[in-house]
Amino acid sequence: MSAATTSFIDRRTVVDWLGIVPFMIFALMFLIIPTLYLVMGAFFTPDGQFTFRNIADLFTPSIISAYWISIKVSVASSLGGALIGFFLAWAIVLGGVPSWVRSGLLTFSGVASNFAGVPLAFAFLATLGRTGLVTVLLRDWLGFNLYSTGFNILSFFGLTITYMFFQIPLMVLILTPALDGMKKEWREASEILGASTWQYWRMVALPILWPSLMGTTLLLFANAFGAIATAYALTGSSLNIVPILLYAQIRGDVLHNANLGYALALGMIVITGISNLLYILLRMRAERWQK
Amino acid sequence: MKTQKILAWIAIAIGVIYFFVPLIGTFEFSLRMRRGEYSTDAYQSVFSDMQFRETFGFSMVMALLTIIFGMLLVVPTAYWVRLRLPQIRPVIEFITLLPLVIPAIVIVFGYLRLYNSSSWIPFTGSTSGTNALLVLSYITLSLPYMYRAVDTAMRAIDVRTLTEAAEILGAKWPTIMLRCIFPNVMSGVLSGAFITFAIVMGEFTMAALLNRPAFGPYLQLVGANKAYEPAALAVIAFAITWLSMGLLQLVSRFSKMAPSRP
Repeated sequence: MSAATTSFIDRRTVVDWLGIVPFMIFALMFLIIPTLYLVMGAFFTPDGQFTFRNIADLFTPSIISAYWISIKVSVASSLGGALIGFFLAWAIVLGGVPSWVRSGLLTFSGVASNFAGVPLAFAFLATLGRTGLVTVLLRDWLGFNLYSTGFNILSFFGLTITYMFFQIPLMVLILTPALDGMKKEWREASEILGASTWQYWRMVALPILWPSLMGTTLLLFANAFGAIATAYALTGSSLNIVPILLYAQIRGDVLHNANLGYALALGMIVITGISNLLYILLRMRAERWQK
Repeated sequence: MKTQKILAWIAIAIGVIYFFVPLIGTFEFSLRMRRGEYSTDAYQSVFSDMQFRETFGFSMVMALLTIIFGMLLVVPTAYWVRLRLPQIRPVIEFITLLPLVIPAIVIVFGYLRLYNSSSWIPFTGSTSGTNALLVLSYITLSLPYMYRAVDTAMRAIDVRTLTEAAEILGAKWPTIMLRCIFPNVMSGVLSGAFITFAIVMGEFTMAALLNRPAFGPYLQLVGANKAYEPAALAVIAFAITWLSMGLLQLVSRFSKMAPSRP
């Protein structure tokens, strides 16, 4: 009797685990092993010797500068996106605007946060390119030549402005629930205790919100860091950011060392991995106040 | 209170200007093809381009296959984890979020090294194999969205009771899956499907590096070679995104209004 029961339980446990085998095989084959393969490859020479050479080679000026531009664009677009996104989220949650503005902005954010890649680059070229609408209008109406100021859509600044088109909506989408979670009682309590609006924000609201703000900014950073299609369509290969360098490396081994390519990929994973990890940790902190 | 409202409107005005000027600019630019007047020449040029139709059709097929096979993978897994293995849910959730952490270009780089024509599984050795790998890569990319959509829908229904009720009535596993679980999480399946569609239609990296004639690489090619067609294509792409997201919101609103019956 007892033997039969144990074997029944065992069979059941086996069946239980069998149920997720297809998913696990898929995840291993198309997500985990390909990534691990590159990560391991970063530590080997082409003939299979263990080495730190590839990692050290990442610190050559051309690769360092690629990482540096990537980080600058990602930081600028995530900070800009976070700042404007925060004010927009604040405006629709606490600014007392009509509810149709709120639902309109949230719907639009859902669309715009997914409108990335090649078409986004076209949109900004058509707007701020040399013959774009804004450039032409500024020239014809105000006699102001945008391009004489050194502005170029195919540059660091241009790429940052373009990336913000999907960064701002993402910030709005993630931050609106966080602002919704701010209890009215906190505001009232601080007002009763004689706090000004500024004091309320500095001593109550921002300390509660900062994990959400920081975390989402990090998410935006990782989001921009891994993006390639927009940059590639916008600047071709003239702006040397990491994903574009990696793209060129995959296409034609421009670094003349396959394993250095793996190290380049590893560097990307490390950077996006760290910012996502911090995002998760900060998110857990932020949720303490939202119960 | 008054300044707050003014500040709010200023913020919204900045947002509206930032978001609408590029859209208006793109639309205006797409009409400029004929010198001196507005015309729809750029759109006619796009729609009459054979390559547009071919790549658009190709990406549509890829998107549909991604949705079908992705859902066949995600729905049973999410169901099974909720029913039998709740203890490993964090692990599964973590795995489904990985594609957001690992950049797409890194994932496809790994594929090209692991599954090239001289490897043990030569996916890229043949056209159909490469197409299959492309679909699999799209399933990977859309995993975070599909899994979350389906899992959220599954939270709303009582999976265990439904399954037990179906079992008592004599249903076998295929019947339970197809006639009880799938219809009940349809809102999640559809949400996941629409977002997947939007992602796949414009995706560039995977298709370009796997050398498949998809819509994303075609867009890039047109962008590099033509003046006004890219703007028209951007308008079309924006309309596609808007359509998918609009349908998504419609579905989620609809399912909120009609909560699942007990």
